[in-house]
Amino acid sequence: MREYELIVIGGGPAGLAAALSAWEGGLRDILILERDSALGGILNQCVHNGFGLHRFKEELTGPEYAGRFIDMLSGTGVEVKTDSMVLSISPEKQVEYVNPTDGCQVACAKAVVLAMGCRERTRGAISVPGARCSGIFTAGAAQRFINIEGQMVGRRVVILGSGDIGLIMARRMTLEGAEVLACVELMPYSSGLNRNIVQCLEDFGIPLYLSHTVTNIIGKNRLEKVVVSAVDERRQPIPGTERTFLCDTLLLSVGLLPENELTRAMGAEIDPRTNGAVVWENMETSVPGVFACGNVLQVHDLVDFVSGESGRAGVAAADYVRRGPAPAGRTLKLENGSAVTYAVPQRIRMEMVGDGVQVFFRVNRVFGKSAVTVKSGEKQIARFQRDHMAPGEMERILLPGKLLALAERDTLTVSAEEVEA
Amino acid sequence: MKELVCIVCPNGCRLRAYEEDGCRVEGNACPRGEEYGKNELLYPVRVLTGTVRLHGGAIARCPVKTVGPIPKEKLLEAARALCGVDVQAPVHTGDVVLADVCGTGVDVAATRTIL
Amino acid sequence: MRDVIIIGCGVVGAACAYQLSRYKLRTAVLEAGSDVAAGATKANSAILHAGYDPEPGTLMARLNVTGVSMAEEICWKLDVPYRKNGSMVLAFSGKDRDCLRELMNRGERNGVPNLRLLTGEEARLLEPELSREVVEALLAPSAAIVNPWEYALAMAETAVRNGVELYRNCRVTAITREKGGFAVTAGDKVFHGKYIINAAGVHAGTVHQLVREPRFTIRPAKGEYYLLDKCEGTRVSRVIFQCPGAAGKGVLVSPTVHGNLIVGPTSEPSGLEDVSNTAKGLQTVRELAARSVPGIRFRENIRNFTGVRAGSDRGDFILGEAPGVPGFFNAAGICSPGLSAAPAIAEYLMEQMAGRGLALEKKEAFIDTRRRVRFHELDREGRNELIAKDPRYGRVVCRCETVTEGEIVECLRQPIPPTSINGVKRRVGAGMGRCQGGFCGPRVQELLAREIGVRPEEIPLEDAESYILTGETKEHLF
Repeated sequence: MREYELIVIGGGPAGLAAALSAWEGGLRDILILERDSALGGILNQCVHNGFGLHRFKEELTGPEYAGRFIDMLSGTGVEVKTDSMVLSISPEKQVEYVNPTDGCQVACAKAVVLAMGCRERTRGAISVPGARCSGIFTAGAAQRFINIEGQMVGRRVVILGSGDIGLIMARRMTLEGAEVLACVELMPYSSGLNRNIVQCLEDFGIPLYLSHTVTNIIGKNRLEKVVVSAVDERRQPIPGTERTFLCDTLLLSVGLLPENELTRAMGAEIDPRTNGAVVWENMETSVPGVFACGNVLQVHDLVDFVSGESGRAGVAAADYVRRGPAPAGRTLKLENGSAVTYAVPQRIRMEMVGDGVQVFFRVNRVFGKSAVTVKSGEKQIARFQRDHMAPGEMERILLPGKLLALAERDTLTVSAEEVEA
Repeated sequence: MKELVCIVCPNGCRLRAYEEDGCRVEGNACPRGEEYGKNELLYPVRVLTGTVRLHGGAIARCPVKTVGPIPKEKLLEAARALCGVDVQAPVHTGDVVLADVCGTGVDVAATRTIL
Repeated sequence: MRDVIIIGCGVVGAACAYQLSRYKLRTAVLEAGSDVAAGATKANSAILHAGYDPEPGTLMARLNVTGVSMAEEICWKLDVPYRKNGSMVLAFSGKDRDCLRELMNRGERNGVPNLRLLTGEEARLLEPELSREVVEALLAPSAAIVNPWEYALAMAETAVRNGVELYRNCRVTAITREKGGFAVTAGDKVFHGKYIINAAGVHAGTVHQLVREPRFTIRPAKGEYYLLDKCEGTRVSRVIFQCPGAAGKGVLVSPTVHGNLIVGPTSEPSGLEDVSNTAKGLQTVRELAARSVPGIRFRENIRNFTGVRAGSDRGDFILGEAPGVPGFFNAAGICSPGLSAAPAIAEYLMEQMAGRGLALEKKEAFIDTRRRVRFHELDREGRNELIAKDPRYGRVVCRCETVTEGEIVECLRQPIPPTSINGVKRRVGAGMGRCQGGFCGPRVQELLAREIGVRPEEIPLEDAESYILTGETKEHLF
């Protein structure tokens, strides 16, 4: 059995950044297992721009952003196996994978980084009623057809969900000559970035229907029309508000789910709030020496933050290989306070805090002038001002070690609240 | 006054742009926001991204972008112009696949290296 | 002149073809759709019922029990996923208890083996997720779950291997009687046959009408379902029924042979091909199922679907020679337990046809085996043997179900190759998993187009009109 210091599962933005920083951290025996035939992951089909403003201080397209990392990686000795599907990972860090040249193999490692990314929620996940005709795609599948395969998926399009991929595809399909009739969003606000509403919908005069949903799909063979209805505060369709769009295509952009089947099977603890692994401050899961980062851990909005988080996971994996397991000591648990849907990392080991811990979280509604508070019991240990927060925009705060040391209890609660303007 | 959402970066600052006073902009968090606000009033521009046909590569399309912004109203025309472009692999990030798209003076370049 | 023309290749048509292919006969199967097993056969509870539901003395009762006992051997020989996991009918009240006794009585008269009444506690010991409200249950160990479309496909493939001709996209438009048999017109083709089996499912009435006014009416009823992720697949291990009502056997909860959890169906009168889901129907399924198994997490749903049962106004299967049309045999009104009874229906019809002069002389060389590669079920050694022979078995295309390129290519070389994305899904499982083809769909499309030698946009979802792609990008704008 081939032994590695580190095996990285996935060669998308998370895996690339993790492998690079582990290399920079001194590891010299690293393997990336990538299931597709090229590195870069989903970035390869994200041909639009908007990537890299934080990381590279310039605006790059998805393939360019991935290309930067692939170029950096080619200067290292990191081994890459493409077309390689990981079938299982044991808690002892034996990784079973298959590809056409090696066949079905087991390799083992001192540390593993999980960077498998996420998948799209499907029609089934939201149980859209109606016919089971062709012409219904998840936005990402349509994106792959159009941008990689060069195949068009339809001509008259309705988009359900205003997540970023849906918005990006509204523009993309328009620019390929399709007519996008509407973008329909169940919630009273979009879950996509504001800039995408402007440059993907408003630029092309595509209407956005907030607090609406698709209530019927009609088509014998190919999609013929969709029925859209307004919804009430409980998100239930309001009878009498139906409007029908004649269209041949429905794109679904209704959310992403971390793809954690391998993680679950390995026995790592999963956070039901994120659908990702529960991690410590250094991205280590409940299985020692196994780290998780990127969209497999929590669904990000910006690849720049995926790279940052994954870089930290790579450094931590290198530390684990060279110095062994983290020291025992006091631990803190992060909990949801009011209006917060999750916080990552879920746990903090005080011995490992160093300069501080970056905490990512999301709020459950739109906020104007507001404040984020971190409390331990009744005691507030940190407070951060915000001008605007929304569920579609991941928030992050930095908790310095000094402040964490003030925690009186073993839990920290992250909350959001309105502030009088 | 025109209310705008800045699209320069994912922050999406909410701008207020005043046509009087030589296009004054408020609400921007950085200087690029001010520039965006002014442009958006006077001369809105966008970067176009898309694909062109690729022959002899592992995939059928090569991703491309305009190397700088072009006038917003030329977006569709420029997208149409990409339909006439055929590229032969290998292609490298930055290779110009179409010069001076639609007379904008801006080139279209590959955004992925495909060997 | 063929000896037998079978109209329709659902599970009943396929079973007839399979049984007839043992004999020295010229048989043709005409299927209106682009694939076999794509009607009621593919959209049902995927259950082989023990046989305690039908009224004793009916064809349903007799053929259900026989059919289920035949199915085990057929599935073993033809490599069809099958598991005899048993079923339970739950009682929540005194009235339900009476119902269980009635079912047990019927079952015993129908010849169902080993039926047993359990107390609520005993039932929960076997199935810990059952509701606390369950007061009693009827256990039927002989019930089984099966992959229904592979069951039909395997029988149809074996029939074709043994010389039966299958014509797809072949909708019958006219039938005329002629000397010694019938002329059957399907589009521009005419088939001549001595005997006809009408196994056209919901269209059995329409087909019958082509020769004579039928004495039955097809009463289609649709049933809506949830299919949940494999993480819910072990919530129960048996088929969990509620007491049957006027509308059918009620909502069941069951594992599938693929490891998912199936929940449904409703039962509503419907159009012949109305396979749409409704918000109301799905709500009904959720509410009724929660009564049996309160812990089901419907947010783990990966797909809803609807099947149309081809029941009739008769209340029993309509099997045998049509009155006044010698040589024209019906297999009509096949609602539940049609899947369970299918091979017995075929045997029954053959006996009837033999009684009307069909000569049944056995072939010396009948191929009664079928094997296919299921990569994810192999051990490492088995996988590596395959990959050494053909590296395409080392490339995983469908990541949710671990289906390889090799398996997809292999299914294209079988006697009934797929022509659509759903056809591939039914044969090898690509796209059946939790991402529902989001990742592998584009790759299967490309692979299928390449292997068949057509353009990607020529590969439909199901029938030819259900196109997926509209042509290449860069062409639309011109």
